[in-house]
Amino acid sequence: MALFYVLLIFMVIAAIIAVETKDLLGSVICVGAIGFGGSLMFLLLRAPDIAMTQIVVEVLGLVILIRATISRDLTFITGDREFVGMVASVVILLLVFMAGVRICDTLPEFGDPVFARLPEAASQAYIARGLSDTGAANIVTSIYLDYRAYDTLGEATVLFTAVIGATAILRGRSRKRLEDPEL
Amino acid sequence: MTVIVRTVSSWVKVLIFLFGIYIILFGHLTPGGGFAGGVILASSYVLLMLAFGRTFVEANLPRSLASRLDCLGAFVFALIAILGLVFGGTFFVNFLYQTYLPGRPFALVSGGTIPLSNMAIGVKVGASLFLVIFTLAAFRAESQEPSEGNPANQGPGQKE
Amino acid sequence: MAYALCFLLFMIGLYCAVVKKNMVKIVLGIVIMEYAVNLFLIMLGYLTGGVAPIIERSQYDAKTQTIAAEFLSASVDPLPQAMVLTSIVISLGSLALMISICIRTYAKYGTFDITEIRRLRG
Repeated sequence: MALFYVLLIFMVIAAIIAVETKDLLGSVICVGAIGFGGSLMFLLLRAPDIAMTQIVVEVLGLVILIRATISRDLTFITGDREFVGMVASVVILLLVFMAGVRICDTLPEFGDPVFARLPEAASQAYIARGLSDTGAANIVTSIYLDYRAYDTLGEATVLFTAVIGATAILRGRSRKRLEDPEL
Repeated sequence: MTVIVRTVSSWVKVLIFLFGIYIILFGHLTPGGGFAGGVILASSYVLLMLAFGRTFVEANLPRSLASRLDCLGAFVFALIAILGLVFGGTFFVNFLYQTYLPGRPFALVSGGTIPLSNMAIGVKVGASLFLVIFTLAAFRAESQEPSEGNPANQGPGQKE
Repeated sequence: MAYALCFLLFMIGLYCAVVKKNMVKIVLGIVIMEYAVNLFLIMLGYLTGGVAPIIERSQYDAKTQTIAAEFLSASVDPLPQAMVLTSIVISLGSLALMISICIRTYAKYGTFDITEIRRLRG
């Protein structure tokens, strides 16, 4: 249990460094460290599917981010925005954070989830009848491909649209000649 | 890249590809599934692209083929859903497990349409992510050349 | 206490997305928020001393077709895991889209700074 807190504090410190450092490459590497800590957390929270997916997705995300930032505008952008706006947003974020910590006390205790106390919860039915209803030994697979396959169809559509959008934006050269006065 | 990097990555790429196929195929028995396996397939091609360059990978898996594989994966996934409606009466029902081919638990042939859906999703996710990273690499290489501004390949809006 | 640390991670990502003026830093803030939300959803389903929701061959009795009782009582919640699995892959797709917008803007304006872009006006 103490290992959870160590990993969470590691992720928070890496996030603070990623936000405050002025070097873009350094902050990208710190975000990679956050993803790696998250993957270890998933493994300790008994979610091996998620840990595997998180680590490979984070590696590809790092490749995309480093491709975008290396040999581009790496000059340090100093100074912040106008001072009043920044102070106002920090105050609002602090208020939201304190309200959120108050709400976190109403959640069930970490390690004692809601579904363990309710015998009629949906998850209990999935665990008890997953193998006999679907035939798959991996209950998570039987949920996202049999009981709740409609959400997977939605996810496939979203990924399809995002990739089409990304390839459509990056197509062709920049159209500087569209403002031609001869037309 | 140096000779050592090129040689080792050409060996390792095949192993990563095989591992991705294993994760997809056994997704209903061990942790993994279609999404993680598809991302592993895409990352094997990304390794090849980083070691050998973009033009080598373009000859190996051209952009049009990757786009067609992407559409094929999505289409097969929707087709499995519609076949559930035709054979089973409800959209997306696991018709293979319930009537035609139950299989034995813990075997590779089990779970009905679940392994087929896993394969469709794996192909789709792998092809999509390869296409995105390839397009990012192609745009970056193109934007770093000095822009010649030749009017031959502008849009159809200009007439010279 | 664990949930509060996860919420703190989310707040750091939100601060980065709201206050910074470098476009890539804003994208990094959104990525940190996505990690924090996925972590929070999985933490909601954790049972102390639990096992992963994958049935092993030793826990299944083929003659009576029943699953061992200690698996039924000790498994963690599989439902948030299935939902977070699709969410992680969607976050990669949206990251690709955001980075392609950033690259396109850099090719047109020559900078990642959003206050400069607002002033130049194409």
